Amino acid sequence: MKLHTRLASVPYLLWVVVFTIIPLLLIIVFAFTGTDGGFTIENISAVGRYTDVIMKSIWLAAIATGVSLFLGYPLAYIISRHSARQQNVSLMLIMLPMWMSFLLRTFAWMTLLEKTGVINRLLGLAGLGPFELINTSGAVVLGMVYNYLPFMILPLHSVMVKIDASVIEAAQDLGASPLRVFFKVVLPLSMPGISSGITMVFVPAVSTFIISRMLGGGSNLMIGDLIDMQFLGNAYNPHLGSAISLVLMVIILLCMSIMNQFDDDVDVEGVLR
Amino acid sequence: MKKLFRLLAVCTFCMVMFAAPAGAEEAEFDEAYYGRFRGAGISINVFNWGEYISDGSDDSLDVNAAFEEVTGITVNYATFATNEELYSKLKGGGARYDVIIPSDYMIARMIREDMLEPLDFSNLPAFANIDEKYLDPEYDPGNLYSVPYTAGTVGIIYNTGSVDEPVDSWGILWDERYTGDMLMFSNSRDAFGIAEKYLGYSLNATDPNELRACAELLKGQKPLVQAYVMDEIFDKMVAGEAAIAPYYAGDYLTMSESNADLAFAIPKEGTNLFVDAICIPKGAQQKEAAEMYINFLCEGRVAADNITYIGYSTPNQAAFALLDEEIQNNPVSYPPDELLENTEPFLALDEETGRLMDQLWTEVLTTDQSYNKWLMPVFLIVAVAFSIGITIARRRRKIRDTLR
Repeated sequence: MKLHTRLASVPYLLWVVVFTIIPLLLIIVFAFTGTDGGFTIENISAVGRYTDVIMKSIWLAAIATGVSLFLGYPLAYIISRHSARQQNVSLMLIMLPMWMSFLLRTFAWMTLLEKTGVINRLLGLAGLGPFELINTSGAVVLGMVYNYLPFMILPLHSVMVKIDASVIEAAQDLGASPLRVFFKVVLPLSMPGISSGITMVFVPAVSTFIISRMLGGGSNLMIGDLIDMQFLGNAYNPHLGSAISLVLMVIILLCMSIMNQFDDDVDVEGVLR
Repeated sequence: MKKLFRLLAVCTFCMVMFAAPAGAEEAEFDEAYYGRFRGAGISINVFNWGEYISDGSDDSLDVNAAFEEVTGITVNYATFATNEELYSKLKGGGARYDVIIPSDYMIARMIREDMLEPLDFSNLPAFANIDEKYLDPEYDPGNLYSVPYTAGTVGIIYNTGSVDEPVDSWGILWDERYTGDMLMFSNSRDAFGIAEKYLGYSLNATDPNELRACAELLKGQKPLVQAYVMDEIFDKMVAGEAAIAPYYAGDYLTMSESNADLAFAIPKEGTNLFVDAICIPKGAQQKEAAEMYINFLCEGRVAADNITYIGYSTPNQAAFALLDEEIQNNPVSYPPDELLENTEPFLALDEETGRLMDQLWTEVLTTDQSYNKWLMPVFLIVAVAFSIGITIARRRRKIRDTLR
């Protein structure tokens, strides 16, 4: 039996080695070599020049993640307290925008936010504006929240569904106020959902480049734009591009390790211990 | 009177006689030359810019289909969006192409890096159609590797509804009255090109001080710029979202079809005259068939249909002669020579300059972010402190639990 399960994993292992591990190693090799092929740490140290861009990416992605959590958490909780059929319908409604192309959705925001766009024109009818909506970092955050919100709601919901209503009722029976029930029961039990939701929003948000290009007016550079410039820009410097990717990976790993700390915490603090 | 009538009749007859063969298009192309590979099952891979060949819409010639019909060679056609994309595809080595159409500076770079195959001009009879103005260019001395396909200039597109002064200088891109109403290239080479011309430098300047001066100028322009874009310019200019944008002449023609208020000006300081040319990359497997394709693109009627569809200027004299008079006299596509005096082509920059330019460009784009100096260390400290804090809290709780 053991042999069989091993054989079954071969196709995926092959896939991972060819398409994930080898490219990853290539990125590392590229990041630590110069154009002449020799070893150098020049690329990595050159990334320091782009601290501004990296910080801005993290900052915007963090805001977008926070807003997604703020919007997604109550919704996920409300959905999880409904009947199974209603839950299916609401989840489908949440997934609905994802059936459309990511690019198209972001493009639609361009026409909404532009100076001559729908929102400004409506405000104009009411005698307001025009406001500068597009080409700001706010627009970039909006694009991120819009595109990645489902990735926050879905893991939150899947964890919250498992919270037994009787646990909440027990807390209420024992005289806990609604706030206390939330902070002592619901919040700790939904921690794993929060951490995976944060990871699933933060990771794609921090590395996006198309949202910042379309809604940020090209001057809200993010790490993704920077990497894109190294491979498709005038300088064509895959070594620096790889070094930036490597730094991005480290940042993401760092964030995920912080999130994992939360996860471990739940085992200790959770009511169901 | 009778005589005159008869003469007229003869004339009409002759005209009908001469007009008839023009309808049969296959006879235009030399069968002895184009028929050589018929039935051999050969296919060539063509890599071109998007929207850069006549595809049969609006009664134009479907160039690839016509070529397949005339020669029996199958054309696998693919498109790219930037020269750099083409370059990295070729450099990556994964793809095989027989015909590519890069721009001047990219051709120069590819020649320098030995990525192009020299052409066999005995195989390219239609090359004689190319205007001698475009021969022996700086990017390819002696025309050993490339055949000019299209040419064009970069100029200022502006909306006459909001700009009522005459536009003749790049200076308008630094005019504060148009704050928030102008767009700018997001591509470093084109953006620096404008600053270079405005400051009177060469488009191919390699002096770091000159480039720094350009970067400073561009930083000063940043507060006025609404957005740094490329193809989004089409939408934004047509919708009136912005009033001024530097862009390519051929694309202006496309935009002006949708918005008649748009006008185009070539600044007096001079500008970039670019040429896109057809080349064969090293490693092409069907060189002769590829040359046949290049020759086909140089045929007067094919080039004329192509240029009518694309909207840039043709370097092909035979094609120019076939164009409508209205297009021939259009100063946007075919600007008078005195305007072209100051123009300059882009040449390949050496690696160091290219890198410096990209680095300065990133600086320009991130210039107004001042909160960053302390944020990175603070972020790191907070992250680490958080990590340690949680570990300590957990350990304490464990101790407390075991004591209980």
